[in-house]
Amino acid sequence: MAAGVTTSAGPKAYLSRRYRVSASHRLHSEAYSVEENRAVYGKCNNPHGHGHNYAVEVTLGGPVNAGTGMVCDLGELDEFARTHLLQRFDGMNLNTLEEFHKLVPTTENFTREIYRTFQGFTGAKVVRVRIEETGNNSFEYGEKFERG
Amino acid sequence: MILLTRKTEFSSAHYYWNEAWTEAENERVFGRCANRNGHGHNYTLEVTVAGEVDPVSGFVVDLKELKEILEREVVSVYDHRHLNLEVAEFAAGTGMIPTTENIAIAIWRRLEGKIPGARLHRVRVYERSDLFADYYGER
Repeated sequence: MAAGVTTSAGPKAYLSRRYRVSASHRLHSEAYSVEENRAVYGKCNNPHGHGHNYAVEVTLGGPVNAGTGMVCDLGELDEFARTHLLQRFDGMNLNTLEEFHKLVPTTENFTREIYRTFQGFTGAKVVRVRIEETGNNSFEYGEKFERG
Repeated sequence: MILLTRKTEFSSAHYYWNEAWTEAENERVFGRCANRNGHGHNYTLEVTVAGEVDPVSGFVVDLKELKEILEREVVSVYDHRHLNLEVAEFAAGTGMIPTTENIAIAIWRRLEGKIPGARLHRVRVYERSDLFADYYGER
């Protein structure tokens, strides 16, 4: 937080930001035979992979800062996302990345990996990551945070 | 219990400015949003209410009535207005900067207790399609 900015806290709110990540993946598990992989993953098991324009929605929760009126500094969040989300995953083949050497890069696992990543953001607490793999499929991971 | 969400829109101008800070501090923290001529957005508001389904009407809440409440309490006050200059809760001296978070909180306060037969569950305000704030009434 910038110097001179009061840190007194207001009501708790949630801020969500959407980022676009285009990446390729292939769903394939070493634990399955060739036939099993084909049966479980279908066309997603195509050896050459395929890709998606993922919409990654990150939700942060916390008290609204009385000085800024914000849950966190959006510039800091975007900078964190640029380094730890976009530079790391955008335009990449997920299967080639170390974090998916032993983990099938399903969007479930991708969602959990991004949630873990944003736990390293110190500006506010990540409470949910939601990824739209396509307009028809979306995945969510995080803590239950809604009142009631 | 079931949740019901009604969506509406309003277009407003605003700027970010903390009167307790110097001009330089405001510009450092808020950047372009501190331009005191203001700038604007097409906001999308989603109001979610929770309640039991009435066994006769089959409704949680009368949507027509909810639409009228949103129009009266929010849209008629915010739409085509400058939030800092024309909306009481964001006026100079309130300390309430019209950020997306604070707009969600202000709308909650405007609607709380005014929706017959249902409990306010969530107020979601989209400033743009890639940025939105949620408020659930947590203090």
